[in-house]
Amino acid sequence: MRLAAFLLRRLLGLVGVLLGMSVLIFGIIHILPGNVAYAILGEFATPAAVAQLEAKLGLNDPLPMQYWRWLSALLQGDFGTSIVMSRPAASLIAEALGRSAVLAALAFGLVAMGGIGLGLYGATHRGRLADKLLTLLQFVLIAVPEFFWAILAVLIFAAWLNLLPATGYAPLSDGVLAWGSHLLLPVLVLASGLVAHVARLTRSSTIEVLDSRYVLTARARGLGERRVLWRHALPNALLPAITVLAIDAGLLIGGIVVVETVFAYPGLGRLLVYAIERHDLPLLQVGMMVVTAIYAVANFIAELLYAVLNPRIRVAGAAA
Amino acid sequence: MTAVARSPLRLPSSLVLGAALLGLIAAAAIVGIWLTPYDPAAFAVRDRLQPPSALHPFGTDEFGRDVLSRVLAGAHLSLAAGFGAMAISLAVGVPLGLLAAFHRGVTEELIMRAVDLLISLPPVLLGLLVLAVTPPSLGKTIAAVGLVYVPILVRLTRAVALGLLQEDFVQAARARGEGAVPILWHEILPNAWPPIIVECGLRVTFAILLGSALSFLGLGPQPPASEWGLMIAEGRDFLRQAPWICLAPGLSLCVLLVTVNLVGEGLRERLDPQLSGRAHA
Repeated sequence: MRLAAFLLRRLLGLVGVLLGMSVLIFGIIHILPGNVAYAILGEFATPAAVAQLEAKLGLNDPLPMQYWRWLSALLQGDFGTSIVMSRPAASLIAEALGRSAVLAALAFGLVAMGGIGLGLYGATHRGRLADKLLTLLQFVLIAVPEFFWAILAVLIFAAWLNLLPATGYAPLSDGVLAWGSHLLLPVLVLASGLVAHVARLTRSSTIEVLDSRYVLTARARGLGERRVLWRHALPNALLPAITVLAIDAGLLIGGIVVVETVFAYPGLGRLLVYAIERHDLPLLQVGMMVVTAIYAVANFIAELLYAVLNPRIRVAGAAA
Repeated sequence: MTAVARSPLRLPSSLVLGAALLGLIAAAAIVGIWLTPYDPAAFAVRDRLQPPSALHPFGTDEFGRDVLSRVLAGAHLSLAAGFGAMAISLAVGVPLGLLAAFHRGVTEELIMRAVDLLISLPPVLLGLLVLAVTPPSLGKTIAAVGLVYVPILVRLTRAVALGLLQEDFVQAARARGEGAVPILWHEILPNAWPPIIVECGLRVTFAILLGSALSFLGLGPQPPASEWGLMIAEGRDFLRQAPWICLAPGLSLCVLLVTVNLVGEGLRERLDPQLSGRAHA
C-alpha cells in the first residue's frame, strides 16, 4: 500500500517535471534574443522572407498559444517537421534514438558490470598493488575528457594500427563484424569515465560495509568469506552504486552527444548538434524534449529500484 | 565544524602539490595572454603541419601557426571557463539556498521546485539549449556551465543551512532578536562555507570539462580563438598527418584537469575529513 502511494507521488512528480521541462525548452528557444525566423534563414534574409516564414510557422501568435499548439500536437504524437531535412521529426528521432539506445545500453552494461566488478575487487584487495594501480587508473579516467579519449582512440586504433574504422556507423544487416567494429570505440570511450566513477563509489561503500559490525558478526558466526561478501555485504554496498548509476545516466547522455559527434555516429546526440548547427529549431525543440523525457524516466526507475531495495527511503520520501 | 580550527600546518600533500601546479599553470596562462614564442594568430603557410622540432616544440597547425603559442594563449580561456562558471553558480546558488532554508514555505517551495526542474535536464543539454539559439561566445559558455551547477549548490547550501538553523548558537541569535540578514551573514555563512568550498573544488574539474566539451562542439569561443576544446575539434581533420595539433591542447587540458582535481581532493581532505571516506557523486 505504502509502495503504491510512493509510486503515485513519484509519477505525479515525473509528469510535473516533464511539463515544466516543456515550458523551459520552449521558452528558452523562443524568448532568448535571436529571432527564430532569422536564426533559420540566416542574418542576410530579406524582411519579406522572414515575414513569410513567421506566418508559416505561426510565430506571430502569442507565445502561450504557440506553446499550447506545440504541446497538444506533441501529446497527440505529432512531433513536427524538420525544417532543414523536410522530414517528419518523429521518424528522424526514432531512427537516431534506436542507434543511440544500442550505444547507451552497451556502455551502460559495461559501466555497471565493470564499475561494480572493479570496485569489489579493489575493496577485497585493499592496499595491495593492484588496488593502488586501479585507484590511479580511475583518477586518470575521471580527469580526462571523453572527447580526448575519443581522439586518442581514433589515433591509435584507426590511424596507427588500422584495426578499426575511425568514424561512421554500419547497420546490423552489414554483418555483425562491421556493426560491432563501428560500435567498439564509441562504447569504450563512453564508458571510460563512468566506469571509474562507479568503481570508486562501489569500492568505498563496500569497504564501509566490510568494516561494519554485522559483517563482523557474520564472520564470527563462521560464515565463509564468499558468503559474507555475497549475502551480507553486497546488497548494502550496492545501494549507493545504484544511485550513482542513475546520476551517471545524465552524464551518459551528455557523453553521447560528444562521442557521437567525434565518431560521426548518427544517433540522437549527433542529431541535436546537427539541429543546432543548422538552426533547425522545431527538430531541436522536440529532440531536447525526447532526451529530457528519457532522462526523467531513467531517474524515476532508479528511484523506484532504490525504494524497493531500501525500504527506509519510502518513509523518508513521504517527508520530503 | 571544528575542521576549520585545526592546525594550518598539516596541509594534505595533494593540496600543496595541486596548488603549486595550479599556480604555475595560472602564471603561464596569464603571461600567455600577452607573451608567447610566436604570434598565436600569425599564418606561416610555408611552415604548415610541421612536426614538433626545436623551433616549434609542439609543431605547427594547418595554417603554420605555432601550436605551443596557441596552447599558451588559450590557457586562460579554460581557467576562466572553470572558475568563472563556479563563481556564477556560487553567486546565484548560495543566496538562493540560504533563502530557501530561512523562508520555509512558499519561497522555499518555489526555489526548490525550480531546482528540481533544472536538475532534471542533463548537464550538456542545458548548455546546448542556452547556446543553441544565440551566437556562441566565451561569456555564454561560462554562463551556461555556471547555470548547470546552480541547482547543486542551492540544494547543498539549503541542506547545510537547515542543519545549522537548529543549532543552539543560531537559536540564541534569534532569541537576541537579530534579523534574518545578520543571522545568515554572521552565524550561518561562516559555518556553512567548508562543505560549499569542498563541493566547488570538486565541481571546478567538471566545469572545465563541460566548458571544453561545449567549445569542442563549436558552442564556445569561435575561431581564431585558441580555446583548447576548439583546437582539438579543429585539429581532428589532420589527425593522421599531424596528430600534435590535437595532442598538445588535449594533453594540456588533461594536466590542468588532474591539477584542479588534486586541489579539489586536497581541499576535501583538509576541510572535511569525515567526507573523505564517503564517496561523492
